[in-house]
This record gives sequence, C-alpha cells and structure tokens, in this order.
Amino acid sequence: MGRVPQTITEKILAAHAGREFVEPGELINARVDVLLANDITAPLSIREFEQLGVPVFDPAAVVLVPDHFTPNKDIKSAEQAKTVREFARRHDLPNYFEVGRMGIEHCLLPEQGLVGPGDVIIGADSHTCTYGAIGAFATGVGSTDLAAAMALGETWFKVPETLKFVYTGKLGPWVGGKDLILRTIGEIGVEGALYCAMEFSGPVIESLPMDGRFTMCNMAVEAGAKNGIIAPDEKTEAYVRGRARRPYRVFASDPDARYKKVYEFDVTGWEPCVAFPHSPDNVRPVRAAGKIAVDQVVIGSCTNGRLEDLRLAARVLRGKKVHPDVRLIIIPGTQEIYRQALKEGLVEIFIEAGGAVSTPTCGPCLGGHMGVLAAGERAVATTNRNFVGRMGHPKSEVYLANPAVAAASAVMGRIADPEEVV
Amino acid sequence: MLEGTVFRFGDNIDTDLIIPARYLNTSDPAELARHCMEDADPTFAARVQPGDIIVAGANFGCGSSREHAPVAIKAAGVACVIARSFARIFYRNAFNIGLPILECPEAEAIAPGSRVRVDLGTGRITVVDTGAEYRARPVPPFMREIIAAGGLIPYVKARLAGGR
Ligand code: SF4
Repeated sequence: MGRVPQTITEKILAAHAGREFVEPGELINARVDVLLANDITAPLSIREFEQLGVPVFDPAAVVLVPDHFTPNKDIKSAEQAKTVREFARRHDLPNYFEVGRMGIEHCLLPEQGLVGPGDVIIGADSHTCTYGAIGAFATGVGSTDLAAAMALGETWFKVPETLKFVYTGKLGPWVGGKDLILRTIGEIGVEGALYCAMEFSGPVIESLPMDGRFTMCNMAVEAGAKNGIIAPDEKTEAYVRGRARRPYRVFASDPDARYKKVYEFDVTGWEPCVAFPHSPDNVRPVRAAGKIAVDQVVIGSCTNGRLEDLRLAARVLRGKKVHPDVRLIIIPGTQEIYRQALKEGLVEIFIEAGGAVSTPTCGPCLGGHMGVLAAGERAVATTNRNFVGRMGHPKSEVYLANPAVAAASAVMGRIADPEEVV
Repeated sequence: MLEGTVFRFGDNIDTDLIIPARYLNTSDPAELARHCMEDADPTFAARVQPGDIIVAGANFGCGSSREHAPVAIKAAGVACVIARSFARIFYRNAFNIGLPILECPEAEAIAPGSRVRVDLGTGRITVVDTGAEYRARPVPPFMREIIAAGGLIPYVKARLAGGR
C-alpha cells in the first residue's frame, strides 16, 4: 500500500492510536502523555474520577495547577484549591504546583518541560491548545473526559480536518503573534475553525519567537479550533532542549498533506490591532479605534504573560507614567518569568510607571479577582476573551490587544498605538 | 420523547454567558443553576421550568472548557439543547454529563415560546401548535453508547469491569 500523506496533527494522533495513519472524521482512541486540570476544573474531575475507584494510570502524567482563583480569593476558592491539593497528596502526584512555585498553567507547562513535541496533551481548560506551539497535539476537554483519561491513560478523539495558514511578508513594528492571531480570527470568525486543526506556517511564523507562537496557538480555540499547531524547527529545539523531562518526537506535515482549506496572508502593512467587545473576531487596526478612554489595563494571562510580552510592555513604559485615570495591572505568567523580569529591571520600570505587579494568577482574565471591572468600566487586556462579563460586570467592556498597545493605552488613558508613546 | 417550551438564544452563546466565571468558585449544580444564562438573560433562571428546551444559533457553548456550563443548564431543568452547531468541548461535555443536545441546521426557525416535541432517538423535532417538523443530525453511535450507559463515567466503569 502506498504512503498516505498526513498533516502533523494526523501523524501525532496516528502515532498515539497505534496506527499507520488516520483520516479526518474518524473516531479514534489515543494514548495521552499529559493531563492537566486547574483549581476550577480539577474538583469536578476528582469527584468523577473517585467514582471509578481505580488508581491514576500514571501519576507523573497528571499536572495540577491551582492558578485561576489563587492565591485563594475567598473561602469557596480555598475549599476548591484544598480539594486539588489533597487529591495530589493522596495519589502522590509529583506535578502539583503550589502557590509560590507555580504559574498560569499554559505558561508553566512548556517552561517546566512537562510537555514536548509530538505529545498528545489534554487539559480541562480550553487554552490547552497553547502547547501546539512546540509541535504537540494539545486540546481542551471537560472535567469528566479528564477523569476518564486519568483512569485509562487514553481518550477518544474525532480526527480533525486541518486548516493551513501561511504567513508571508514582513512584520511591521509592534506587530507580533497577538496581532497575527487576532487578524486571522477577524478574517475567519469565531466559528471559522470549528472542530478543525489550525496549522500555522510560513516564513513569518519561522521568524516568530517562541513566545509569539504560544500566543497564536493559545487563541486557536477562539476561532473554534480543536488545536493550533506549529511544526518544530530550530527555535523549538532550542526552547525544548534542557527542559524536556521525557524523550520527544518531532513531526512535520507532508508537503502533499490534505487540508480542508489553505489561507495565505501577506502580513506586510499589517498594523497592531484591537478586538472590540464582545467578540475576539471584532478586530480593527488600533489606529482606527477612535478615542476610547480606558479605566484599566491588564498585561498578563496565558496569552501574553511571558517574558517577551513583559519586555515589550517595558519598552513602552520605560520612563513614562500611567495616566492618572488608569489602573495598570501586570501579572507575570510564572514565578520564573517574574524572577527574570525582576533581574532585567522590568518590574522596576512597571512600578516606577505607576503599575501594580502581581504574583502569577489568572485573576482578572476571567473576572475572578485582582482587577474585576465595575459596570460601565472599560479595560484593554492582553488576554484572549472579551465576552460579555468576562472581566467583571456584564456592562463592562474588554478590548484585546498586544502588550505594547496595552502599555501605550495605559499611558495615554485611551486605546493608543505604541508609536504615540515611544 | 421530550416536550417543553422553547427559550431562544442567538449565535455564539459562550460559556461566560451560560455560567459567568464569577460563580465558578463552586461546582454545586443547584447553585450553578441559579445563575444559568444570567448574562444573556437575567430572567432565565427564574422563568425556566423543568423540561423546557433551549434553542440557539451557531457555535453554542463556545469559550471555556468549563463543564459547569452544561451542568448548570441541566440542573436548571432544561431537558435538551437544540442549536445550529455546538462548540466542540461543550459538545463532548454535554454527552459526558448526560445533557441531550441536538444539532439542527434549521434550529433558528423554531419560535421562542413555542411548545416542541423532541424525539432523541430519531432526531425529529415537532412544533406542537403548527405541526412543523425539523430534523436534527443523527447522534454518532459512540455518543449514543455513552448516553445509554448513563454518561462517560458509568461507561468507563463498565469498560474497566469488562477488562476491555
Ligand atoms: S489566563 Fe485566562 S484564559 Fe488563560 S488559563 Fe487563566 S483564565 Fe484561562
């Protein structure tokens, strides 16, 4: 039988299903390498899992990160975090990350080398798709799916069709991964990739630093995708080397692989952009935003809480002051990122500018704590969702942007282009 | 056969609208039900009756992976959700926790407030007053197995017991 051309997503799934190849639309059972849950989703998983009365199939494969409402914002959150902690102890799970040693899950797992190229990763969190940036198949599932997989070490998938995105041309100043993905979602819409894999490729992706690639794959779910993925290259290898805790395997799409659709974007002339409320596909160039006053700016989250993001924000904020009407909240994604930001003097710049710098947490990203909005308030955030009520009151508004735009907006007191500040 | 009154919603009803994150510091179904659909329709939780049916447009349940969303809908008494399409994690979650959902390309033709009858087996949807009939996509056999077992956990339990 001849060779069947495969995409990277199909190859990884086939390898984990013990198959030569898989076809889009097929239902398969696949082995999972890593399973993730957080302080919101793990308690539900634990409740379901304990009904099965079996041990965890591989304690090292389960990663638990209390990051959403931690450090515990109230008594109920404290109870949830306690459930997770006690479960980790009872089952001797080595990969439980406590406050002070943790980070936002999707910043933390790649940084700690817990996920590697070629892995299949499921997480009870929709932004699990972030790990596609290192060439893994990673996707969000519900708590019950996770509970079943904790027992079985495998789960079922419908093999997704793949949409290929090829980016060519030259990236403009202040334009990065966030703008690429926002523009892309703006083009195809929030259901544009429903059930599909989004494969990002082309010279622009090759030139993009790892942090920008994480940002892109992170937001694949905002287009409805099952996963986002970028084939590993030297940058990926350099990132993974010295971190990976397990052997990994590099896959790439065959040149003649079949795609549902191929999109080609010439990014030359693309400007930094903003997603207006209340949908991530409501995208406009920042310079066409008009005069929109803001009350709060949040720089952080699993989308843009990495070191490159903080460096970018610092470039804009250096020697500047936050506008008197604005609260600037900056949240490094992990303890390691926080420490590095301290070392590089970034935290100094933020505090000097009048910003509040917090310990790693999801916090305001989901309207949890550390920056919840009141009715009528507006925020610019480097996060990934601007749904109604996402950051607080249902009558508040969230505008999504890259860290440089967010920083510039904090200084100007309105949505602003970094060029206006630097 | 299910029969209930229709509550209509639009496209892209996200999980933050179904159950806002500010209520996720609990996983108690009754408490989640009290805030079900709160940011889309603050009166929903008070008005919904056991057996009622949610009908929506495309991409229902998009956004987060929170299983709290189908749990809240089920605990609010909703018997079934019919939508033009569902976000994929919500789709899995609904089956896993035993909330019936149907994908129907003509979902938006069903008027708010109408009484509808739903045959989950055949996917036939009938509007009681007008007799209008719509067809939902058949539920994949594997999903039907999960429902027949009573959800994913009982399904896995049976599988573990059977040594498969
Ligand atoms: S930072 Fe926001 S989007 Fe990311 S995992 Fe936390 S709550 Fe979810």
